[in-house]
Amino acid sequence: MSKVAAELKYSAEHEWLASHEAGPATIGVSAVAADALGDIVYVDLPEVGSTVTAGQTCGEIESTKSVSDLYAPVTGEVTEVNADAIADPALINSDPYGAGWLFKVVVESYGPLLSATEYAEINGGVL
Amino acid sequence: MSEKYTALYEAHQRAGASFTDFGGWSMPLKYSSELAEHHGVRNAAGLFDLSHMGEIWVSGPDAGAFLDYALVGKLSAVAVGKAKYSLICQADGGIVDDLISYRRTDEKYLVVPNAGNAETVAALLAERAAGFDVVVEDVSQATSLIAVQGPVSEEILLTLVPEAQHLAVTELKYYASVEVTINGQELLLARTGYTGEDGFEIYVPNAEAEALWDKLLENGTALGLIPAGLAARDSLRLEAGMPLYGNELTLTGHAYSAGLGPVVSLAKESDFVGKTALAAIKESGQGTTTGRKLVGLKGQGRRSARGHYQILKDGIVVGEVTSGQPSPTLGYPVALAYVDVELATPGTLLDVDLRGKAEPFEVVTLPFYKRQK
Repeated sequence: MSKVAAELKYSAEHEWLASHEAGPATIGVSAVAADALGDIVYVDLPEVGSTVTAGQTCGEIESTKSVSDLYAPVTGEVTEVNADAIADPALINSDPYGAGWLFKVVVESYGPLLSATEYAEINGGVL
Repeated sequence: MSEKYTALYEAHQRAGASFTDFGGWSMPLKYSSELAEHHGVRNAAGLFDLSHMGEIWVSGPDAGAFLDYALVGKLSAVAVGKAKYSLICQADGGIVDDLISYRRTDEKYLVVPNAGNAETVAALLAERAAGFDVVVEDVSQATSLIAVQGPVSEEILLTLVPEAQHLAVTELKYYASVEVTINGQELLLARTGYTGEDGFEIYVPNAEAEALWDKLLENGTALGLIPAGLAARDSLRLEAGMPLYGNELTLTGHAYSAGLGPVVSLAKESDFVGKTALAAIKESGQGTTTGRKLVGLKGQGRRSARGHYQILKDGIVVGEVTSGQPSPTLGYPVALAYVDVELATPGTLLDVDLRGKAEPFEVVTLPFYKRQK
């Protein structure tokens, strides 16, 4: 079963969010989503400096078998994208909560978020 | 949901497979990484459970003449021990299934249809057998099919075959079959596959399937053999430019636009189901000089075309993708698509509507991938 990292918040669309007191929040996709997609081969991320809106699509993730939209779990300005994940999207499969993070946002407002426990209950992951 | 399980289902569960429904069967989609499984087949060997495929024996003095009538090819001309790829069509030329027929004796053929069509094909063959001295026997439920595909397949197989029979394996030609002793059982072995690599398919009674599967893995692991699921099977066949029933081949399509004109033997003296319609389609130039035909597309960017995406030329719809994904071996997106015949020449640049954004693709010659012999 796919792992759900306990210290993170999640959107219903399978993005995770790591908030920090100071500085931008980090966003990625859950292992549940990465495992369901299969081997990820391409990721399209929002541009640095652009503003993403909670609940809106802001990119896409493509695997050998399918493609799915990436949704912003928060509203705010994108300050950084993970160039390593763009160059080697397999990182999103191998380390979705670490080296496979996707982008960072200075949060203006939050969309609806789930706790790790809630997300795992709905999506069948393990904490 | 799936209602059918192969005799190897528990072995797949133990190996950690994730499953998918295919033609009513719960089949392994992948065991770990479909990319690793794909590369495993290209570089060494993959082990596939294809027990969802159908197996139908056609026996009797009229077996050859009957298949000449029921299928579009001239099966009576196939030599004993050889096999032939063919189509079973409706009277209007629509494709019911694509299948392989192995001639085992003068009066005996094994016909292998696709999983989702096996029952339909068995019923159609039984129906078309009226007036012929043949027996049609569907043994799909009792028969498992295990494939070993990849460059080291022969080496792996030989570890399970007595030395006195090694020559029967090494001399076995592509699209041929032979009975040999494998893992102590007398089994039907065919040199066929759906991956673009050298490889074998072994027909085995359900009761013996798991022991054979385990033994192949036991002997093959050191040579690089890994179990491979349907995800890898699909990407492998796509690179090899092979059509998939349901995607490229359908009841509403026909052989000529699918590039399978040579499979239809209009020269056969005897009548066959679909002959009149197919002769008329050929005469009209459908799929050759008019209408649409199946082509290969190579993506110029990184994003892949997927089934049912529209193909555009100057913003006008000129075709539709039937299968598409990133090619693991080649490193760029590949797709099979039906496009207007005047735009089907290799080198032609077309756009695919990738979820609202037009991305350039080039028409290329099939197959995308061809192994070095």
